[in-house]
Amino acid sequence: MNRTLATLAAGLVLTTVAACGSSDSDSASGDATKAPETTTITVFAAASLKDTFTEIGKQFEAANDGVTVTFNFAGSSDLVAQIQQGAPADVFASADTKNMDKATGDDLVEGTPRDFAKNTLQIATPPDNPARIASIDDLADSGVKVVLCAAEVPCGAAAAGVEKAAGVDIKPVSEEQSVTDVLGKVVSGEADAGLVYVTDVKAAGDTVKGVTFPESAEVINTYPIAALSGSKNAGVAQAFADHVVGAKGQAVLATAGFAKP
Amino acid sequence: MFIPAALGALLIVLPLAAMASRVEWGEFFSLISSDSSRAALWLSLRTSAVSTLLCVVLGIPMALVLARTSFRGQTLLRSLVLLPLVLPPVVGGIALLYTFGRRGLLGETIEVLGLQIAFSTTAVIIAQTFVALPFMVVSLEGALRTAGHRYETVAATLGARPTTVLRRVTLPLVLPGLAAGAVLSFARALGEFGATITFAGSLEGVTRTLPLEIYLQRESDPDAAVALSLVLVVIAVLVIGLVRGSRSSAL
Repeated sequence: MNRTLATLAAGLVLTTVAACGSSDSDSASGDATKAPETTTITVFAAASLKDTFTEIGKQFEAANDGVTVTFNFAGSSDLVAQIQQGAPADVFASADTKNMDKATGDDLVEGTPRDFAKNTLQIATPPDNPARIASIDDLADSGVKVVLCAAEVPCGAAAAGVEKAAGVDIKPVSEEQSVTDVLGKVVSGEADAGLVYVTDVKAAGDTVKGVTFPESAEVINTYPIAALSGSKNAGVAQAFADHVVGAKGQAVLATAGFAKP
Repeated sequence: MFIPAALGALLIVLPLAAMASRVEWGEFFSLISSDSSRAALWLSLRTSAVSTLLCVVLGIPMALVLARTSFRGQTLLRSLVLLPLVLPPVVGGIALLYTFGRRGLLGETIEVLGLQIAFSTTAVIIAQTFVALPFMVVSLEGALRTAGHRYETVAATLGARPTTVLRRVTLPLVLPGLAAGAVLSFARALGEFGATITFAGSLEGVTRTLPLEIYLQRESDPDAAVALSLVLVVIAVLVIGLVRGSRSSAL
């Protein structure tokens, strides 16, 4: 069954490639001789790093002539699954150690991953804070519409940890798929409050209000970065990781609200 | 001609077959019968049934107006009614949010009436009806136009009142179209994802329908996600069979 399928799939792919490739090949080889030497590295980074890594990527390109950095931003578990399936990635920056461990466990990582940032949870409310949320205890009041991440995703696991540390039992009206979804429900005023990362509140600007609570220090998310063993540009990949851990990268991350590792 | 046709067929069939080959058949029933899966399936079936009923109740008059009357702006109205067919469901969800949400256009009115739509099963049904209604209107309007109004005219000249004509002549004539529309609406409601996750949220037993459950299970238990996906595929195949059955009996 599986072999038949595989043969069929291979046939389909080959036919398609042959059909699409024939006309392009001449022009492509012509360009390659004229164009200057360029190196492109692909960085797989957690969705919460979109703004900061885009900026760090520009810094890195400016400092290294002929280097282009492209990004794939998605949930860390999606990214690690893509890397495991052989996606062409040079660097992996995860939002938690759990997903980085999956990559190291499969020997996909070059060297040891390095922690480059930390993030904690914060309560986000609409700007006028209609339910007058002042502490995490307020989230447990009935009548307050709270939105959390589902326990299956990292931000939901963090929320569960914070609940446990504070000894409160929050009954959410919705368990969302990602931090962005939680934030969306708060920004639109559908929910009275949500638990998101400090950096999300900061990035959302005036559209939400952040409420800090001391128990958030109990659950800290650590972001590790590593060059991948499948990289064809191992040197550049390693240099990018060094740049993120280095002073310039750290400055960008600190401005966005990330804590030092 | 047969080669591109075969490639096209492969493109559709191959991913489904590949998915089926990944199912852990030994654990299939335990995977699809976990509490959260059962809650999601039951919620999906319940909400889709209610949405289909709403599509029938709202779709019949809409199709009648479009097929049996003519007025200025009818073409525009028809295009607008069909919009959810081509709109990305997420966009539909955002639109619904700004209409029925707590701070939406009708939000305050609804809250004054003591109704809570946000994060409720009602929100799921509204989202499903929004995306499924055009299927009903299109099927039924087509059937009405094909049936023509000769029989209705005859019935009227024989002294039947408009309601009697509708009940005894028009609706029986277009029953296959109505059935096909209902089945398609049900299928669309069952598969609805984008508008629901944007507008209604995701909570077990309240708003987390089967497609949302599949999306969430992907994070932690891919085997369960694949098994549940196959359940939806089977339901979809059954639905197509039903529609084809009702179409061929109509001919």
